Amino acid sequence: MLSPQEIELALERILLQVQKPGRYVGGELNIVTKPWEQTGFRTALVFPDIYDIGISNVGLKILYDQINQRRDALAERAYAPWTDMEALMRGHGIPLYTLESKRPLADFDLVAFSLPYETLYTNTLNVLDMARIPIRSTERDETHPIVIAGGHAATNPEPMHAYVDAFVIGEGEEVIHEIIDVLLGQKARADDSARRYRSREQALRTLARLRGVYVPKYYAVRYLEDGTIQQVESLIEGIANPVVKRIVAELPPPPTKFIVPNIETVHDRVSVEIMRGCTRGCRFCQAGMITRPVRERELDEIVQAAEEAVNATGFEELALLSLSSSDFGHIVELTNRVSERFRGRKLTISLPSLRIESVSADLMDKLREHYSGGFTLAPEAATERMRRIINKYISDEDILSTSREIYRRGWTTLKLYFMIGHPSETLEDVRAIAHLCKRVIEEGRRVAGWKVKLHAGVGTFVPKPQTPFQWVAVDRRESIVAKQALLKRELRDPNIKLSWTDPDDTLLEAWLSRGDRRMAEVIFSAWSRGAKFDAWNDERKAGVWAAAFADQGLEPAFYTHRQRRTDEVFPWDHITAAIRKNFLFQDFRQSLEGQIRVDCRLNCFACGILPTFSDLRRAHPGEGWKCPEVKSPSRVQPPSRTEVELPVAGY
Amino acid sequence: MKPALQNRHRIQPLLLAQSMRVRIIFSKTGPLIYIGNLDLQTMWERAARRAGLPLAYSQGFHPQPRIHFAAPLPLGFSSRCEVLDARLNEALDCGGLAPRLNAVLPDGIRVLGAEKIEDTAPALQTQVLSADYEIALQGGFEAGDLKQRIDDLLSAAALPRERRNRRYDLRPLIECLRLSKPTSETAGRIQMTLKAQEGATGRPDEVLEALGIPREVARIERTALTFRRLDVESNRIITG
Repeated sequence: MLSPQEIELALERILLQVQKPGRYVGGELNIVTKPWEQTGFRTALVFPDIYDIGISNVGLKILYDQINQRRDALAERAYAPWTDMEALMRGHGIPLYTLESKRPLADFDLVAFSLPYETLYTNTLNVLDMARIPIRSTERDETHPIVIAGGHAATNPEPMHAYVDAFVIGEGEEVIHEIIDVLLGQKARADDSARRYRSREQALRTLARLRGVYVPKYYAVRYLEDGTIQQVESLIEGIANPVVKRIVAELPPPPTKFIVPNIETVHDRVSVEIMRGCTRGCRFCQAGMITRPVRERELDEIVQAAEEAVNATGFEELALLSLSSSDFGHIVELTNRVSERFRGRKLTISLPSLRIESVSADLMDKLREHYSGGFTLAPEAATERMRRIINKYISDEDILSTSREIYRRGWTTLKLYFMIGHPSETLEDVRAIAHLCKRVIEEGRRVAGWKVKLHAGVGTFVPKPQTPFQWVAVDRRESIVAKQALLKRELRDPNIKLSWTDPDDTLLEAWLSRGDRRMAEVIFSAWSRGAKFDAWNDERKAGVWAAAFADQGLEPAFYTHRQRRTDEVFPWDHITAAIRKNFLFQDFRQSLEGQIRVDCRLNCFACGILPTFSDLRRAHPGEGWKCPEVKSPSRVQPPSRTEVELPVAGY
Repeated sequence: MKPALQNRHRIQPLLLAQSMRVRIIFSKTGPLIYIGNLDLQTMWERAARRAGLPLAYSQGFHPQPRIHFAAPLPLGFSSRCEVLDARLNEALDCGGLAPRLNAVLPDGIRVLGAEKIEDTAPALQTQVLSADYEIALQGGFEAGDLKQRIDDLLSAAALPRERRNRRYDLRPLIECLRLSKPTSETAGRIQMTLKAQEGATGRPDEVLEALGIPREVARIERTALTFRRLDVESNRIITG
């Protein structure tokens, strides 16, 4: 493998031939470079999408901080090179390297991938290939790094089980240290130049015993004749089955020394996470299910972190992040204090993910005064029936009055997010989306005139693992196309901009997120046929994936358009976000009956978080967790074996 | 123009006393040579914020920081003589400016000097006359051959070239071009002075191409900018 000096020399010859060479050179403010030889354990953190997107990822930044705070370990970064750079690197024999020290990834002890979305799977294979690390876990030996991955896509790790040695399920802040401790103990002696680890097998076995770590090779999947799963067995003693996600009882201090990119990127800003988790219980929302319990940060900590982060980076934008910012307990006080702190300092403050019903007039006034950026609301559905099904119940009156107040305060453009393809959705439900958009812009025109604009973003629902809708089929392609055509026909107003998701992208996301272990070979085939950057538009994509399924003799519809038996064992059932399957099933049945579940800050529905993490909760009592006190959790009926009529979306 | 300014000075002495024009000379090396001019502007804006320097902004719907570079440096060149003028909303002692900025700048940008500039001084970018470059060649060049190529180039009456669909003559843009002694690490060094005025700016990579030297084997550094003689003291900034 090339040395850092050789890589730098080789780069010099190609960098001026690529777009944005600043992506590939490092040298940003606030990076950490540690002495290689004197640091016992070396981790390469990889975000397998382009630099422009990966650089602002907060999850990776947290791990970068956590690891680099250790004396005995270092962490450096790598991203997926864009296709122009990849071609030149391959052509000049340059392996993928980290930006800090320009060392090949293969020189590291641990290569850790962040997988926040499933469309990064082919890129992950490509990154391993560019790093000249064997793509398949079984082909790696004692000389190779251990490859781990985590992030929301690990909610169902099975499609990537053949390529990742170990998955982190849940939150990584604590377990990353346990992983490094274990692997430090397994490293070969420094004078053993032939090996990196004494025994790869021993290293993986020890990792498999850590709470929240899933090592796929120690679990065997048995299938039924119809291709569904009979059961998943553990192959060695002392490993969890199911593997329960990790959480931190208290959010550790937020990172503040954000890396400042030298080129323009997608999110040029510092972010402070104000709250983790969401209590609203929207049935389509995987993030809302898998990030429980809700934990809020103290106001003082947020304001101080914001100040430090802005001072350390000079960024012009501060984002206060959470899944549902307006649900934060002291949101008005927070916006007050942040505005006051940054008065007169040319700083844009953004508060993404506002809930329509909790955006008060007071909060809007605050936002108008000191915050800029657009205003985005997400009604998701436009009929009462649909809103009951998805458990996001917001009345038309609320949406109209909130929109009116937003336009009245001078925002000229409002963004509304909807989703089509919810279970049992009809064309009438879709028509209602167009109708609601027209009523909203009319409200705007009444209070602010003809200059007002509306942006309607209409995504397509993917039934994600570990949500109440995991039993539901994906809407059929022709149905999605018909619904999108209806919206395009109805929304011809020049001041309404409509955007939608390509049905091929939706189906791909569904295959990848709902796949079993057999999907791994489909992913490999697709990658071999040239698939990468699957989150990006590429006309060849649909054909490549169809061919990849054909290569493996698998039927795509098996993963996406099949009615699920109520007692079906899902490919991800041996992985749990501590939300009981019974709870999800009961919620699913309530959806069929159009029953709403209120915000679970108000009423505990016994999702399973509190019993699973009772020790943690006892050790950290008080206001941090937003779970209400529960005396005796209500008993939930197990899924019935009798066939419940399952809705198929679109029919 | 001048009487009007003085007039304003008398009417609103506070306004001018509170603001200040400052000239910064800096180097650009390492990874930062791959950062273009627009991104460099943002980099300075953030650096000023980190250092707590009150940058002045333009008026209007999209206020821009009032930073102006003497002559944009093409991507991939290093430099030890970049110059910018910035306006601050506060008068301060320039002595402490360089260390204050260097503490918050990424490796690859170093402030070499900072001085107060009269408000009435002409815009920086209108005052540049020419730029000096030093080019280090990586291997494979024989000194005699290089010298011959340079002599041939200089003896040409005209060097018609095309860049971005525009035809121009490179020859009058070359003020000086010569071979300097090779050091042990490089096969050869070329020094050149090229015109750098609005509408008449020579690019060293174009000269290299005219010499038949591939861009990939050359490290190009800008070593000096020459300015029109001004009423202010410094007219030529050479550093390093």
